[in-house]
Amino acid sequence: MEKSAFVYVTYIRTTPEKLWEALTQPEFTKQFFFGCTMETEWKAGAAWKLVGSDGELKDAGEILEIDPPRRLVLSWRNEFKPELMAEGESRMTYELEPDGETVKFTVLHEMDQPESKLIRAVSNGWPLILSSLKTLLETGESLEDTRSS
Amino acid sequence: MVAFYRRMDAVFKALADASRRTLLDELHRENGRTLGDLCGRLDMTRQAVTKHLRVLEEASLVAVVRRGREKRHFLNPVPIHEIAERWIRKYERSRLDALSELKRGLEQQNQPKIKPE
Repeated sequence: MEKSAFVYVTYIRTTPEKLWEALTQPEFTKQFFFGCTMETEWKAGAAWKLVGSDGELKDAGEILEIDPPRRLVLSWRNEFKPELMAEGESRMTYELEPDGETVKFTVLHEMDQPESKLIRAVSNGWPLILSSLKTLLETGESLEDTRSS
Repeated sequence: MVAFYRRMDAVFKALADASRRTLLDELHRENGRTLGDLCGRLDMTRQAVTKHLRVLEEASLVAVVRRGREKRHFLNPVPIHEIAERWIRKYERSRLDALSELKRGLEQQNQPKIKPE
């Protein structure tokens, strides 16, 4: 089956626990995820919502797997662009592996259809979000462009 | 910082081979391929492709995602981006600086001198 996927691997000088906290806690996500926060109970089967600083719903889905501070798998659908919503659910995985004084952090975002517009859209968003996350954890300050939507 | 340079060494070594660059181009054409799939499209032995993929993976240019028994290979854009940041943009900037200095120099030459220095 043809699929679309985006993969990003980066090494961040931090611990898996701190990285997990940055990925899940609103006071951190606000700083690097374009001002957004994740609203969920953080357990398998729970629904999640990504909400912008203006209260707008951006994306949503379900937590498929959760194993802090190692692995998170979400079903993921867009909730604000009709042509992306029409594609339905994609799947997003975070993997955190300690590697010396760093954490090897892998983001995999995939969709079971070729030429997915959603995957093309997130392929433009993730690099800026993830490089801001790395900068935030290593220097204490995120990239300015990623602090609001 | 030492770790960063060690990783960069691995990236440049991995890129210094035409077969490995061909593999990257193949993945750029279509991402998320299995070993069998890549072997089918390239004029290389399975053993050679396996070896080259390992070097690319160690340099983090390729990320391997396991799904049950299947291993799929993906391009990781990060090291190439880091090369662009560290080795390309910097030199572009200095070329631009050089041009603007040249412009300033030439413009100053055309200015009438108020007093000799």
